[in-house]
Amino acid sequence: MKVVLENLTKIFPSRDKKSGKEVVAVNNFTFEIPDGKLIGLLGPSGCGKSTTLYMISGLQKPTSGKIFFGEDDVTELSTENRGIGLVFQNYALYPHMTVKQNILFPLQNLKGKDKLPKNEMLERAHHAAALVQIDELMERKPSELSGGQQQRVAIARALVKMPRVLLLDEPLSNLDARLRLQTREEIRRIQKETGITTVFVTHDQEEAMSISDLIVVMKLGVVQQIGQPQEVYDNPSNLFVAKFLGTPPINVFTGSVQNGKLYLGEEAVLDVPGVADQPVIVGIRPEGFELSNNGALTCGLNNVEVMGRDVSIVSTHAASVNPVVRSIINADNRIDTSSATVRYNLKPHKVFLFNSETEERIQFEVK
Amino acid sequence: MVDSKQHWKAWLYLAPAIVLLLIFTVWPIFNTVAMAFQNGYRSLGSIAQVEYSWGVENFQKVIEYSDFKICLQNTILLCVTTVPISTILALLIAVALNSIKPLQKILQTIFFLPYVTNSIAIGMVFAAMFNIVGLKPEGVPDTWGIINNVVMFFGGEPINWMNPGSSYVANMAVMIIYIVWNALPFKILILLGGLQSINKQYYDAAKVDGTPRRRVFTKITVPLLSPMLAYVIITGFIGGFKEYSSIIGIFGDKMGPADDAGRLNTMVGYIYSSMADSRQGLASAAALILFGIILVVTTINNQVIKKRVHY
Repeated sequence: MKVVLENLTKIFPSRDKKSGKEVVAVNNFTFEIPDGKLIGLLGPSGCGKSTTLYMISGLQKPTSGKIFFGEDDVTELSTENRGIGLVFQNYALYPHMTVKQNILFPLQNLKGKDKLPKNEMLERAHHAAALVQIDELMERKPSELSGGQQQRVAIARALVKMPRVLLLDEPLSNLDARLRLQTREEIRRIQKETGITTVFVTHDQEEAMSISDLIVVMKLGVVQQIGQPQEVYDNPSNLFVAKFLGTPPINVFTGSVQNGKLYLGEEAVLDVPGVADQPVIVGIRPEGFELSNNGALTCGLNNVEVMGRDVSIVSTHAASVNPVVRSIINADNRIDTSSATVRYNLKPHKVFLFNSETEERIQFEVK
Repeated sequence: MVDSKQHWKAWLYLAPAIVLLLIFTVWPIFNTVAMAFQNGYRSLGSIAQVEYSWGVENFQKVIEYSDFKICLQNTILLCVTTVPISTILALLIAVALNSIKPLQKILQTIFFLPYVTNSIAIGMVFAAMFNIVGLKPEGVPDTWGIINNVVMFFGGEPINWMNPGSSYVANMAVMIIYIVWNALPFKILILLGGLQSINKQYYDAAKVDGTPRRRVFTKITVPLLSPMLAYVIITGFIGGFKEYSSIIGIFGDKMGPADDAGRLNTMVGYIYSSMADSRQGLASAAALILFGIILVVTTINNQVIKKRVHY
């Protein structure tokens, strides 16, 4: 089931009566979610990603715009008639019911022609539980489960009525780091097995990049970029997206372009053909540095962090916006830690230029 | 944790409360037990240094008195009617209050007002509402009372609620209405607090699954409220067994209509009247019996609730 959002806008009336300023939570969001894909809505808190999810669910009504499931306009349809499964951030499992009762609950609500015989309900509950691998915990109460198990129960409860669309609100935020890694792969597996169009919300870029077919980066209610994770990472459309994706984060410098060369401070560090002379903001991915004894960029060497496969060099540069410049290079390189400086050449496809006013991307030809 | 060297300080700070509790709570409890088991104990006799023999004569007398049976019957009747009625009404009102947005605060205040009003004063108002003034055997009285006016407005026959010649059922009806009304505010307060602490996401989840309203109420709201419901039911029963001042509030210290005094007397009423007659032995025995009944009922309540309160 594809999901189409058409000029979707949500405006919350002002809480503060004095200022009377309304909050535009989601601004003119248009996007077609392809059938059977896993979509990550990504952004910092307050960017409107959860509001978007809740509008798709029907728990919140859009101020304007339309939502389609397939060809059906569901904008005015109430939540229960949309055929969605929703997993809440803190799971919202009913604490007084066992796992089995929780999973059965949505099926027991079905009425009229949809009503199922008891044994079929049980069968479907067991099927859903088996899918998320909790079929041995059916008689437990939620309070007797770990966070990860509760999460699975919540997913099973959302899946058991075979929703057209599965929505997950910050599905991993309540799990510890290890479980998070495991669960996100689990979500990916379940989504692939069921083929249900799935939308999930997260503020964790790594989470979104690792399992999504497509990511949607949002900021203050406005969509910044939509694309495949690698594509968005390699080709950010503006400074916000470049800064938001990637760990360690991108290094940001102020620089200028003169005669087709990029200057950081006094040094010309890279050829950027086809860019007019102007002040620019420069983003360089940590993996975009290459050690070189006569490299174009000279940084003050602070220290070297060993990470096994790679090393992370922490250095300083006068033009850097952040206090330190962090590069990641292969551990095979020998670094003279006694030296006061470190010199790099830059990989052109890891260097992004942005307009210093609008922060929009300025493209240059990579040789 | 307090350092063990500092223990004497902890005891020092606790001392005023402990001393007062020992003198005014713990000692009287022991004394009650002692008095209950001294046959025919009277405090005046005790002052005159009469020696009373030990035994269970007081208990036998209490149980044999027909007065006591009436008191016990009235008390149990009031308990088993008012606690369920007031709990269910309070639950419905609390859910209704919780589901409305405008005027919620004002309505909450109005529903809570009876709690801060003196129950004797409320009793007098209720008595005035049910009272028939100037009832003559043959004719129309000065007033039938507000309640009878309402009954007659809807085409009913006026009822003698509480005046001389009234029936026991009518008297009890007045008491039940009054006690339920009086018990509502506290229960509404507790249940409303419980409702407001239920995570809204449970209701969102139920909505996503298209749960009918009745099922949301029975399968989600009531179970999640069960700890609060248990609390109001247990305290309701304990309060019900101690019912006394509400009878005074409506019928005065005659504990019944003027032509049948004592008809509505309760256990606590019996204890008081025995005390007033200076029969402290009987009063103590009755108090211990009441204590035993409350203990048994609360234990049963607890056992039932253990199976029903789910988390």
